[in-house]
Amino acid sequence: MSPRGLMPMLILLAALALVPAFGSNTSINFLVSALIVALAAQGWNLLGGFCGQFSFGHAAFFGTGAYVDAVLQARYGVNAWAASAVAIAAGAGVGWLIGFLSFRAGLRGSYFALITLAFAEVLRISANAAPITGGATGLLLKLDARAANFQFASRGVFCLIALTCVALVLALSVWIARGRLGAQFAAVRENEDAARALGIDVLATKLRAISLSAAVTAAAGCLYTQYFLYLDANIAYGSWISVEALLAVIVGGISTPAGPIFGALALHALGEVTRLIARGVTGIDLVLFGLILIAAIAFAPTGLAGLASRLRRALG
Amino acid sequence: MSLLRVDAVTRRFGGVVAVDGASLNVPKGTITGLIGPNGAGKTTLFAIISGFVTPSAGRVVWKDADITSMKPHQRARQCISRTFQIVQPFAGLTVLENIAIGAYLRHADRSEAMRLAADVAKRVGLAAQGGQQASALTVAGRKRLELARALATEPELLLLDEVLAGLNPSEIRDIIPLIRAIRDDGVTILMIEHVMQAVTNLCEQVTVLAQGRVIASGAPRQICTDPAVVEAYLGRGAAARMQAHA
Amino acid sequence: MYSPAIIAEAMVNGLLTGAVYALVALGLTLVYGVLHIINFAHGALLTCAMFAVWGLSEGLGVNVYFTIVPLAVVMFGVGYALQYWLIGPASRGEDSNTLLVTLGLSIAIENALLAVFHSDTRTLSGDAAFDVVELGPMLLSRPRLIGFGVSLLVALVLWLLLTRTDAGKAMRAVAKEPMGARLAGIDVRHIFALTFGIGCACLAVAAGLLLPTFYVTPRVGNAFVLVAFTIVVLGGMGSVPGALIGGLLIGMVESLGGLLFGESLGQGGIFVIFILVLLLRPQGLFGARA
Repeated sequence: MSPRGLMPMLILLAALALVPAFGSNTSINFLVSALIVALAAQGWNLLGGFCGQFSFGHAAFFGTGAYVDAVLQARYGVNAWAASAVAIAAGAGVGWLIGFLSFRAGLRGSYFALITLAFAEVLRISANAAPITGGATGLLLKLDARAANFQFASRGVFCLIALTCVALVLALSVWIARGRLGAQFAAVRENEDAARALGIDVLATKLRAISLSAAVTAAAGCLYTQYFLYLDANIAYGSWISVEALLAVIVGGISTPAGPIFGALALHALGEVTRLIARGVTGIDLVLFGLILIAAIAFAPTGLAGLASRLRRALG
Repeated sequence: MSLLRVDAVTRRFGGVVAVDGASLNVPKGTITGLIGPNGAGKTTLFAIISGFVTPSAGRVVWKDADITSMKPHQRARQCISRTFQIVQPFAGLTVLENIAIGAYLRHADRSEAMRLAADVAKRVGLAAQGGQQASALTVAGRKRLELARALATEPELLLLDEVLAGLNPSEIRDIIPLIRAIRDDGVTILMIEHVMQAVTNLCEQVTVLAQGRVIASGAPRQICTDPAVVEAYLGRGAAARMQAHA
Repeated sequence: MYSPAIIAEAMVNGLLTGAVYALVALGLTLVYGVLHIINFAHGALLTCAMFAVWGLSEGLGVNVYFTIVPLAVVMFGVGYALQYWLIGPASRGEDSNTLLVTLGLSIAIENALLAVFHSDTRTLSGDAAFDVVELGPMLLSRPRLIGFGVSLLVALVLWLLLTRTDAGKAMRAVAKEPMGARLAGIDVRHIFALTFGIGCACLAVAAGLLLPTFYVTPRVGNAFVLVAFTIVVLGGMGSVPGALIGGLLIGMVESLGGLLFGESLGQGGIFVIFILVLLLRPQGLFGARA
């Protein structure tokens, strides 16, 4: 992606940075939730978009990030920042392990999607039963709003931190997309045999992609823990985050660095509006998400990013 | 000096013996042809040389080192590069990006890789199509792209799997000098080819495979009149009949 | 330790449940075998069918088993239409698109059911669940025996359909070589839709057989479809006999596992089996290496 193509994204991020200063608590809450999903989606995009390996189980990485962060603090009194760092590394490790097992067994396409889903579910069921995660009652972190605890009295500050994370990963994605690693990811996505013939170690490349992807999604999990200070297995390892991460990327524009951010914001806005209109009807926003996913595949395979560039071309 | 040596290689698929004790030598700096009737095992032998298929028995020796168990990507790093008979472009990428993926093998830096890719594109005659999607190329264009990508990895040995198949006579005429130029730049070439005119034109030596076995090896002229070769292509007794007619 | 009688009863019960699992898996494996896609909406469609059975039975007072045939026809039509007009055109022949479209479909269906019926658990009134048959030393539930018989019957009919009829031959031709089949004059889009329809009809039958002894919630399909995925992978993707044997096997494993280790391990255990089979024998226990 050219620097010029990124301009709308940068303007958007700058505009979002103003929300904490002027926005209400509700709007900040909305933005933080959307940014957490955006970050998870950016992670999904690194593996699914750049490297072509569709995961249906990114909850495995989100949940690992969230739980490791929470458990280290709640059970072992580890500092929140250190816990987050360990949690991100743990997420990457889980990603590497799942990748190593599945990719080495030669699983691709639907099979890979299915096995990631299964891994996430095993983790969810285990977390729901294990004492260390608080089982079905979940895990509550002590509220102690100090910067040293990665907790802030002002929601705005947290919002800015989330925004910074998203911006950093955006920069990372652009850098990857423009360099050798991105080229290797694309080669593996497009044609594994040809990639091999050109000297690319396909397994190693996929492992790099899934570890990076998992680390970013685990970081989203950490943000969740630090912001909401409560976790249970259905939040951390629930299929909602797997679906939203994937959906944000497909809707926003697959394999474009800015796509997941557009997608997450658009979906959250839409979900908010739907919930307002159909007050009290559970699940109605998800019905809409499902239909949007189908419509996006059918009519806008390149997502919002693709629509925007087509529109720009049409307007000259 | 032989750059690549294949030593009595055998490959079975279930009960079928695709390659049966085949040996072959590729001297440095030559263009060597690998020919044979359909189903002779040429593509399997190629896959063994490039590491996509592991042989059931036998050895592949590269510069006096045994590389039989080496993976395809490691062989590419050892300067053995292949093209595919059925072209395998990265369809979603542009022509230049396709070539750059080859170039990235030895150049981590983007601008260097892109520069090399542009050079190679010019060399194979794809300079004008650099910004096009690879999927938009014609058959001849895709064949050139296969060649370009392999070249961009800066190989010492280039394995060409029927780069001329599917091209019309004038396209073949255009590409033959290109292959010779690549050899003249110091790249050793081993090519599978069906177009005999090209084989006699380009190759210094030819190995003939039939039913998985090497049945003849030598200069192209000599091969064409070898009774075993004639029989392999035209059927039992054909050589005798030709002798009778002559 | 458990007496042989208890173990035998658990095994037979497992077989009975397994047959219905196999039926759900049959639909999935058939669609995979012919269309080479994984239908993620399979569970949600099963839930739909179960709600339909529940509605007909509770609302209109129709005998559960009489709902099966008409519902199978309706579900066939629904499946045919979904594939012909929605899934097929929207995916444009890309596997990853199909995966996402059926995922979208399952999210939409599941949550629409949630919006309408909320997450309450519903069962059929009446005492079908307690209707038992004495078979030697074992007490077996009559609805499950019926389920077993009907499932095997449907599997047999499906097998005959695939091997003996022109439509079945066309389906197998499309499964092997869609391009070649098209050249031979077979309407591939129609065959795809037909297969999908049959897969959905299987779900209607399964729904009718399950409901007398089971409950329905908007998410109930997920539990079954997970089991079905495991069975399909175990039996070899696309194999009808594989699905049947896999279904019976998983039913027994679940039943014996529940007896020996407790029910809570059930679902997690099935996921673990699923992962292990995928990693170690992705071609299935009975399939040849692809």
